[in-house]
Amino acid sequence: MAYDIIKTENLTKTYDLTAEKIHAVNGVSLNIQQGDFVALMGPSGSGKTTLLDIMGCLDRISSGKLEVLGKDVSGVKENALVNIRRRGISFIFQDFLLISSLTALENVELPLYFSRQAQERSKSMEVLKKVGLAHRINHLPKQLSGGERQRVAIARALATSPKILLADEPTGNLDTKSAQEIFSLFKKLNKEENLTIIVATHNPKLGSQANKIVYLQDGKIIPKEKSSLN
Amino acid sequence: MKFFIIAFKNLKRKKIRSVLTIGGVSIAVAVLVSLLAFDAGYQEGLSNDIDKMGYHVLVTAKGCPYEAATLMLKGGGGLRYMNEDVYGKIVDDPRVDMVTPQLVSTVYNQERADGRGGFAMYMGIEESFLKLKPWNKFKEGEWFSSAAADEVIMGYEAAEVEQRAVGDKIFIPGVEKILIVKGILERTGTQDDGVIFMPLKTAQGVFGLSGKLTGIGVKLKEIAMLSEFEEDLYNEPAIQVISLAQVRGTILNLIASAKVMANSVAIIAIFIAVIGVTNTILMSVFERTREIGVMKAIGASRMDIFRIIWIETTLICIFGGIFGNILAILGSSVVEHIIRQVLPYTPGGKLVLIAPSLLIFSFIATIVMGLIAGTYPALRASSMRPIEAIRTGD
Repeated sequence: MAYDIIKTENLTKTYDLTAEKIHAVNGVSLNIQQGDFVALMGPSGSGKTTLLDIMGCLDRISSGKLEVLGKDVSGVKENALVNIRRRGISFIFQDFLLISSLTALENVELPLYFSRQAQERSKSMEVLKKVGLAHRINHLPKQLSGGERQRVAIARALATSPKILLADEPTGNLDTKSAQEIFSLFKKLNKEENLTIIVATHNPKLGSQANKIVYLQDGKIIPKEKSSLN
Repeated sequence: MKFFIIAFKNLKRKKIRSVLTIGGVSIAVAVLVSLLAFDAGYQEGLSNDIDKMGYHVLVTAKGCPYEAATLMLKGGGGLRYMNEDVYGKIVDDPRVDMVTPQLVSTVYNQERADGRGGFAMYMGIEESFLKLKPWNKFKEGEWFSSAAADEVIMGYEAAEVEQRAVGDKIFIPGVEKILIVKGILERTGTQDDGVIFMPLKTAQGVFGLSGKLTGIGVKLKEIAMLSEFEEDLYNEPAIQVISLAQVRGTILNLIASAKVMANSVAIIAIFIAVIGVTNTILMSVFERTREIGVMKAIGASRMDIFRIIWIETTLICIFGGIFGNILAILGSSVVEHIIRQVLPYTPGGKLVLIAPSLLIFSFIATIVMGLIAGTYPALRASSMRPIEAIRTGD
């Protein structure tokens, strides 16, 4: 029933720095099924963010194979990746990255607008309600707390009804209480809407709430026992 | 419409910077509009002045053609005189329809212009003057009582400046002569408005130039006879013939170099404004690198980003265009005043002519300018790779 929504085979991403080649992701083979709630765990520099960017079609791979939403995107050009992202991938970032000149509602409307979807207003209102911010829609990001900002970012990510939600350290800038609220929201979305969620985090307490945990170190997947986070 | 809102809110973020950039564009546009308006106004004024001269050619004493052209239009200083007998020859020419002799003199008057001093222009004329210029009508009073009466007829502005009415006395400084105002002319929009006319004989007497003339205006029966007529008079040693067409050309030549200078200034102003806008937008693009990356990550295409940045520059230029036009309209009288001070000859009437078509032209030009100025920043923004853009701040 559940299909592999993301499939990687021997995935590699290298950066050519002047002196040496850096293998940010080094031969990762991974299957993520629709409806999974995956935590990518590992210390900083372990390749979590790069892997997340690649799976989200934000970055191109150096070698290996990548299938997203049933489509092989290994050789797809930068310009064409935007269409794949629009079709079902949303991002959440550590520092929220809301557009500071736009209100909460306008921020949420933005992806709908870029993907030329109708009824931006009603859809945006709906998702803002879902994340519990119906009363803050006309506030600018600077008028909101960190937790509220991240919830606006989540609403923005949900607006286009994505199939995959990628979150890069979504709670890194939040206090424990807000962080737990965000994770509870993830769990709820995963359970109630069968949304595939992949979260990069180095917080074991939060990571353990996912139904699948992938440990990374030096760009490679390692067994749980070897992870320094345990 | 949403693109407009995003762009507009971006500009609002750095209000002072946006306002300053708009100010720069406004000034460039105002300079451009003023100069083009001056060009249009000057040409029209000149044509009006020349058309209302009433004659085809002016016969003057031999001398500098520029001086003669200036003389023809406004009198001017450094006048040369010719003998009256030339007039006799021209009158008898069968090709001539009408002819009018003139004796122009300028007198410095310390009390003019509220004590700052200035030249008053006097012109001795005969009745044929009015026949050649039938649009010269009396606002008050009438023609001189005799061909040598101690009387003057004042142009509309001359009467205003000197504050004289019919029956008042007028005193010419330096020549100790008192004349009576016999008539005041209506406004014609030409240089005649500023002249004080008197009978030719009186003028010759007052200025001690008996038997002398400064010019003879000639209207031919047919304009086609002009070159032949000029050719014949060319042999006369002491005189030269200036046709109106020549004068128009000479005057335009006189201001041509000034115009080139002014147009260069306008082009430089616009060039600077374009660079200023490009610089401002580029700076704001770099400041928003992460936001642009995010927009791309959440689905904006290259074209979407390009459009947002283009709209921002165009908005700046549209506002600049509106304020620039307003500035040009409000400042036109100041510009006019300055031009009148600077140029050797300026025609009557409105010198800075801001036509609606000029405003529309400048507005469109401003938008084009915005599109040009915005292209590079928009390209830079749209070609940013989302992942790199987002990670720059990390």
